[in-house]
Amino acid sequence: MSELVIQVNNLTRKFGDLTAIQNLNLDIEKGNIYGFLGPNGCGKTTAIRMLTGLLKPSAGTVQVLGFSLPKDAEKLRMHIGYMTQKFSLYDDLSVAENLNFIAKIYGLPRTQQKQRVNQLLDTYELNPQAKQLAGSMSGGQKQRLALAAAVLHKPKLLFLDEPTSAVDPENRREFWEQLFDLSDQGTSILVSTHYMDEAERCHKLAILEQGIKRADGSPNDLMQQMGAHVIEIAAMDLRQLKQELIELPDVISAAQIGARLRVLIKKAITEPLNYLSQQAVVNPEASLSLVRPSLEDVFVTCTGDSRQ
Amino acid sequence: MKYIYRIQAIVSKELIQLKRDNMTFAMIVMIPLIQLLLFGYAINTNIRHIPVGVVDYSQTALSRVLKQTVSATQVVTFNQEYLNVKQGEAAIASGEVRAIFVIPEDLSQRLARHQTIGFASPPATDEETSRPVAQWIVDGSDNVIAAGLKSLRNMPLAELLSKPVNRSTSTFEVTLLFNPEQRTAVNIVPGLVGIILTMTMIMFTSAAIVRERERGNLELLINTPVQPIELMIGKIIPYMFIGGVQVFIILTLGHLLFKVPISGGLMQLALATTLFITASLALGLLISTIAKNQLQSMQMTLFVLLPSILLSGFMFPYEGMPDIAQNISEILPATHFMRLIRGIVLRDAEVTAMGYDMYWLTLFTLGGLVIASLRFKKNLD
Repeated sequence: MSELVIQVNNLTRKFGDLTAIQNLNLDIEKGNIYGFLGPNGCGKTTAIRMLTGLLKPSAGTVQVLGFSLPKDAEKLRMHIGYMTQKFSLYDDLSVAENLNFIAKIYGLPRTQQKQRVNQLLDTYELNPQAKQLAGSMSGGQKQRLALAAAVLHKPKLLFLDEPTSAVDPENRREFWEQLFDLSDQGTSILVSTHYMDEAERCHKLAILEQGIKRADGSPNDLMQQMGAHVIEIAAMDLRQLKQELIELPDVISAAQIGARLRVLIKKAITEPLNYLSQQAVVNPEASLSLVRPSLEDVFVTCTGDSRQ
Repeated sequence: MKYIYRIQAIVSKELIQLKRDNMTFAMIVMIPLIQLLLFGYAINTNIRHIPVGVVDYSQTALSRVLKQTVSATQVVTFNQEYLNVKQGEAAIASGEVRAIFVIPEDLSQRLARHQTIGFASPPATDEETSRPVAQWIVDGSDNVIAAGLKSLRNMPLAELLSKPVNRSTSTFEVTLLFNPEQRTAVNIVPGLVGIILTMTMIMFTSAAIVRERERGNLELLINTPVQPIELMIGKIIPYMFIGGVQVFIILTLGHLLFKVPISGGLMQLALATTLFITASLALGLLISTIAKNQLQSMQMTLFVLLPSILLSGFMFPYEGMPDIAQNISEILPATHFMRLIRGIVLRDAEVTAMGYDMYWLTLFTLGGLVIASLRFKKNLD
């Protein structure tokens, strides 16, 4: 087993009566891009803040890069980079001024500072905007600047809190290319997201819901080990059919995708196609097919359990 | 060495932000300029031309001469006449005039028997023969106005009857040092330095950390190796220069426009103002670590500003305050600075001779910075 960058045992955080994170266990390996997948308010940001030492855990232990938190939070700072969910660089400073500020804060000597800032402006294609105020840039440009600032001091471990929530798909693609470049250079990355397609790009991921980890592993493993069959039905009057199907005890969920209905059926049913076609509500002329599960199906299956 | 880098980083960041913030930049110059002109010309404790009315029961040439003599003092201006005292009192109540001058019917008799100018010799002293020549009925609610009118109580009336002025010897001789002409501006302008610095310095820094929190920059900052004390010092340094610029504006203009003498040494002045500026900045930072948003920091600034104006000795002498108010006054940095700057500017005093005030300001600065740094936590709990 390779070296662990993050090791978390029974991590819990309460805000008054609300339990934001409950008994979280994580082992994150070096060099991985690890994803936190979950809906808004599931505790992703709280978890990241505890892993960076910004919040104190109510219970449990956290080891990041060998430092135990929150005791050694200050020593950890030089080794991690953190890109906050909300843009947190200075709107009234230009791109270059922001980067120079961060460089000085991290104590880069003057000569290295200039070199590193130029290098980052090139890598993240920010040269045309170098003199522009950060506040006047587009979402994608701001995001690239924030990433550049987070990696300026070459951290071993990078935390990204919903980095792509304010950018278009084109920019998201490029952004992930840059993350893989960083990963390739040996940076471990922890990224939180609520986009399925992004989660699918991670080496490994954890699905969080209401502060509880529902599943973790590589996207492929998760899809294969999923506790449900996926069947797509092509028929008429799908809205009506959906309402009737979700009443059935062995149907986990049903969601319309274009002209088809994607139905998740519990693993306990061994012959899901027969099971469905025997249901009175399903028109005998409808076409049924068993399909490969997607990460969204995994997500729905994992998080659906808690609601029943 | 890294801490120098980090402080430098904060300082240059603050300077760039300040340069881009035109409104704040304008305020740095306009606040001292406008307040100086406003207060320098407006605040005046030498009362002149109080609007008064007259009720003349005498209606003689003598009563008219008496009126002219009183009006020649310039303390009052007669701009109304009333038929009787009742009408006059109604006019005071409505705010039309501040006082009425009641001239009795028997004015000439009273004058004739008056002890200083009368013809009776030896001067009459008993109540029957020695009575005041006329009466002032005054709106006593404002004691500065009242004091102005009371000063007329013993005005010499010899000229009235073209008699030679009696040379009277005072009981005491009073020598006024430093401001013999008793011009209010001489005392107000140096004090204004303290008030304007209190206002701008606390206002700017009290918003400093709150603003970073509101804009979300704080989450970034606390994730960097920057230490709270470095952040505090870095935020203070740019404003120290700004404070210096403001002091320069006020004292230079005060000297040119209001002829306020600058008697003390410039080094002494620099020392005292630097100390006061840092004390105000430290207080501002402390507010900044307590306030949750910029509105709260503004309200807290006002909470400090008002006592600084009213209790520091800027407007009312410290000696006249009751003990409790004096104790509160002693806590305020503005009080100590008021003594220092008036001492240096007006009386050419040495800061070493006012060690206690210097001491307190130093203590206040250090205490403020330490508490602000301790209160500033590098986490979001």
